[in-house]
Amino acid sequence: MDNYKSNKKPEKEDVHESRRDFLKTSSLLTAIAVTPATISKAAAYNLGEKISAAFETMPVNLTVNGVKKQLAVEPRSTLLDVLREQLDLTGTKKGCDYGQCGACTVHVDGQRVLSCLSLAVMQQGKQVTTIEGIANGDELHPMQKAFIKHDGFQCGYCTPGQIMSGIACINEGHAESKEDIREFMSGNICRCGAYPNIVKAIQEVKNGGQKS
Amino acid sequence: MIQFQYERALTAKAALAALGNSSNARFIAGGTNLVDLMKRNVMAPAKLVDISMLPLKDISQQNGKTIIGALALNSQVADHKLILEKHPLLSMALNAGASAQIRNMATVGGNIMQRTRCSYFYDTALPCNKRQPGSGCGALEGANRMHAIFGTSNQCIAVHPSDMCIALVALDAVVVVAGPKGERRIPFGEFHRLPGTQPEKDNTLQINELIISVEIPDNGFDKNTHYYKVRDRASYAFALVSVAAALSMDGRVIREARLAMGGVAHKPWRLTEAEKSLSGKTATEENFRQAAEIAMQGAKAYKHNAFKLKLGPNVIVEALKNAAGIV
Repeated sequence: MDNYKSNKKPEKEDVHESRRDFLKTSSLLTAIAVTPATISKAAAYNLGEKISAAFETMPVNLTVNGVKKQLAVEPRSTLLDVLREQLDLTGTKKGCDYGQCGACTVHVDGQRVLSCLSLAVMQQGKQVTTIEGIANGDELHPMQKAFIKHDGFQCGYCTPGQIMSGIACINEGHAESKEDIREFMSGNICRCGAYPNIVKAIQEVKNGGQKS
Repeated sequence: MIQFQYERALTAKAALAALGNSSNARFIAGGTNLVDLMKRNVMAPAKLVDISMLPLKDISQQNGKTIIGALALNSQVADHKLILEKHPLLSMALNAGASAQIRNMATVGGNIMQRTRCSYFYDTALPCNKRQPGSGCGALEGANRMHAIFGTSNQCIAVHPSDMCIALVALDAVVVVAGPKGERRIPFGEFHRLPGTQPEKDNTLQINELIISVEIPDNGFDKNTHYYKVRDRASYAFALVSVAAALSMDGRVIREARLAMGGVAHKPWRLTEAEKSLSGKTATEENFRQAAEIAMQGAKAYKHNAFKLKLGPNVIVEALKNAAGIV
């Protein structure tokens, strides 16, 4: 079902592409999509899943934490699996993998979304920000500092998702009160029950005038 | 998840062509429900047509109606100035559903098309007539606490899970769909269907049709509205019972009422008889209680959901009181 094994796919970093290149690539993508001859071939020869997988990747260009990536992904790969398995960005956590816990929360084009329910192939041209992309060098993001200061976690597994969600919660204007924060953070579950401290951390950043 | 063919469409026409007449192809936009179901092998389409880049995201006001593009995000609609001003009930219902992350992904069209959360539908080891016609209904004699009390059949007692749709049916919305023969307009109350002998069919959309937009006619329900949702936890849970109430008031007198219930039927459940009973009445708890009794006529409980027979009318009364501002 998922790519649990480290399944490295070709990737190029720091690709500088123009809009024209992007359009070319997307037309090519459509062309490939319309005639997926390789898929039917793989099926016809009854190749094992592992072998056929090699044929069935599709190109995707996206920007992750400010770095352009050219990837080849299987249509069924989620953004979460591609981040963790292909890009080695393991800060984003796989909790439930069914959209119920929020541990996999990342920002796509500035909006918080669940990477476990996002197909990577659908992220063409998008800007993805993960927990690895919010600090400014060695200087932690204000939300990271606030989580440490207020002890907003115990085991820490939900924390990357909580922090990504907390930043977005403020940017959306949904952190006006404790109740507001609790309602708009309800998609991030913390089994340790650090909620009161998470709310405090978000309130502090909100009151500190965090910009992004 | 099994392998599937992926194709990205940039126009509605191309999307319909890509889907063709295949019953085993599906459109995908937000994916919040479909990807979940595919991971669990509840749905296993051979082909996905990505419609997320179609230009159907606009929310606008034209000729006495609010037009919401099928690909407008749930969060975008909930926060939109036009919706907050003209149809605050819809905004409330949207914010009562899912989580902030899911509302940032889920589209209006996808919300309408979402499948039931019945645990028998989700568990491929158990019988479910909706997932596998003819296999039986596990919920009839099983764990049916979350299930329907209206419009059930002996083949399916699942409920439609949407909050947004409860507000839309109350507001007399229209679903505009495109197909090979052009556009078709479906009144919201006729879009979803009751299970009957074909519980595998959630709605009346044909295989080769695509939802283009949802239209809400102008109405007098911009002030006295309320969406009241009762669930197992304070947020991020499906409704046990929810009620959308909208009143058009003349002082304390109700000119027109709209009422719909969620968590009780296979489709968003409009309460037209109860609505009629409120016309010309004064907004009092007693009148609301009478309307609630009318609304609950014909309800039928199963082993574990009899509490809904009592909870239902109470939620109707509370929703109406909140809408009328008498709490």
